[in-house]
Amino acid sequence: MWDYSDKVKEHFFQPRNAGPLPDANAVGDVGSISCGDALRLMLKVDPETEVIQEAHFQTFGCGSAIASSSALTEIIKGLKLDEALKVSNQDIADYLDGLPPEKMHCSVMGREALQAAVANYRGEEWRDDHEEGALICKCFAIDAVMIEDTVRANNLSTVEDVINYTKAGGGCASCHEGIEEILAKVLEERGETFKAVPVKIGKDAPKPGKLTNLERIRRIEAVLESVRPQLQRDHGDIELVDVDGKTVYVSMTGACAGCQMEALTLQGIQAKLMEELGELVKLVPTRAGSLARATSQP
Amino acid sequence: MQGIYLDNNATTRVDPAVVEAMLPYFTEQFGNPSSLHSFGNKVGLAVKKARMQVQELLGAEHESEIIFTSCGTESDSTAILSALKANPERREIITTVLEHPAILSLYSQLEKEGYTAHYLKVDGKGRVDLDEYRRLLSDKVAVVSAMWANNETGSFFPVLEMAELANAAGVMFHTDAVQAVGKVPIDLKNSKIDMLSLSGHKLHAPKGIGVLYLKRGTRFRPLLRGGHQERGRRAGTENTASIVALGKACEMALEAMEHENTEVRRLRDKLESGILARVPHAFATGDVTNRLPNTSNIAFEYIEGEAILLLLNKFGIAASSGSACTSGSLEPSHVMRAMGIPYTAAHGTTRFSLSRYTTEEEIDRVIQVVPEIVAQLRKLSPYWGENGPSAEPEKDFAPVYA
Repeated sequence: MWDYSDKVKEHFFQPRNAGPLPDANAVGDVGSISCGDALRLMLKVDPETEVIQEAHFQTFGCGSAIASSSALTEIIKGLKLDEALKVSNQDIADYLDGLPPEKMHCSVMGREALQAAVANYRGEEWRDDHEEGALICKCFAIDAVMIEDTVRANNLSTVEDVINYTKAGGGCASCHEGIEEILAKVLEERGETFKAVPVKIGKDAPKPGKLTNLERIRRIEAVLESVRPQLQRDHGDIELVDVDGKTVYVSMTGACAGCQMEALTLQGIQAKLMEELGELVKLVPTRAGSLARATSQP
Repeated sequence: MQGIYLDNNATTRVDPAVVEAMLPYFTEQFGNPSSLHSFGNKVGLAVKKARMQVQELLGAEHESEIIFTSCGTESDSTAILSALKANPERREIITTVLEHPAILSLYSQLEKEGYTAHYLKVDGKGRVDLDEYRRLLSDKVAVVSAMWANNETGSFFPVLEMAELANAAGVMFHTDAVQAVGKVPIDLKNSKIDMLSLSGHKLHAPKGIGVLYLKRGTRFRPLLRGGHQERGRRAGTENTASIVALGKACEMALEAMEHENTEVRRLRDKLESGILARVPHAFATGDVTNRLPNTSNIAFEYIEGEAILLLLNKFGIAASSGSACTSGSLEPSHVMRAMGIPYTAAHGTTRFSLSRYTTEEEIDRVIQVVPEIVAQLRKLSPYWGENGPSAEPEKDFAPVYA
């Protein structure tokens, strides 16, 4: 079963604004073929002020699709169309206290329905411009299309390149076979052959147990520094709080705090720390709630 | 509340008698069956007994045809890869589009390695075309693999006939029988099946134990080489406690075979007809007159399976779905797609799989709850109008797809 937040469950079991809206003057019908989900968003817009007075939805889809639809209608009610268009799929996911990585596309579908409804209201034709592929990297929720496009656009040729450009493969590393397959395919298209080179995670392998406290902390800081840009791209951050023996305490801030993917992110960082320090360490977020979630991961 | 468990094709509870049988093999009977001393010897005898219990359930001619493995998937991989190694000049392999990923993923990997794979298509009820199959059999084919019963619909493939045809063409035949073993009578000694996979946890034994049946005389190349365990055909110290457990579970399955095909079947039929009588726009999928006695797979049109499961779970009912979302994969069930089930129905397929522990009260409760859940979700569905599907569902709601 998915690790849905209580908010997702609540919006699934008691969806807000469900059902048809007979006097809607803006309707957006979109679907995500990848999950077989489809959503109709119906808005009643005040023609004078362009304020969304009512928002209803009907959804053919899974728990998180229904919850995302419900959340979307709650978020945009009372907003002007232009304000509503600024609502991102991350906003929808945040409103629901996060979605599992495989389910982020449900929030994308919500944002698209909104764009389609506004286009419908303004008499424009809406076209979907994003394509979804099979989920490759589960640690950072990166799909095959995204990796393939990035490999093409930047002439990438190694797994390490892909990690640096997309984050994909930078966590638990289980998806490297899938990334190699994509690389092999794209490289073949441009007349090259894929050559596997060992992925370097970290620098020279340190000797276990030979580090002074100061060296250890410096290395820990360096690892956190190396992942920080990725976290900041997702509007989050990480700070070192304390190191007590084998336990490294950190504080997750911004969008990272309480994010559904926090546990996965921490696992990825923990793996990097162990690699770098050459010893087993435990990475513990200092907030009680996130600690419980991190340790409940199977 | 205990909950109503109707997901026995996913896994089963270990029978208490099976637990009791296996427990001593963690403690006083901890010996290695290969050891000469009495610690090991007794365990060796217990493994032998378990082998004979499996042999009897499968109707195998010799106990040495039973090879203990770690799971159904290992048995599948061992069988297919052995056939390829034993016939290196043969570069074609045959299977069906409805197989479990344990076979399909392996076949797709083998394709990448240069093999030509043929996937037998199926009709709307999930039946293969034997003429197509006959045409594909040749001396270029290394192995055929077809499942005995489908995990999603419970429908049978005609594996006995397919094995005869393969045998006549000089091709090895393997069947993934993890869903069938223990639920339908099997008599391998009078069949042309060369290899068969089974999995303990589907028949009230623990997870982590499986069997590969290998007909005497079938050419074999081990997947795991090492010690002499399993006559050198599957090296690695025996999982003795689980082997003993599987033996006991097989003995009990044989005793319950009659019950499975009368009482369990009756409850399954009651569940299916009860739901279909109360829920409009729903139908049973698969070859309904030719399937396992415990499985019913119902497509509820215009709603999505994960949402159904979440609501069922709220009522303490455990089932499973062919929807994409439940698996985390991107496609709805390949089984439903292969049978041509429209996507508005395929995503709403729900599998109820019973066991000998299922009671009449549980079935009555599910028949009562399911119509409410379906109605509740249809109210949210854009394909659904006031009291039924909108006039032309596919036309009235035609979303722009990503």
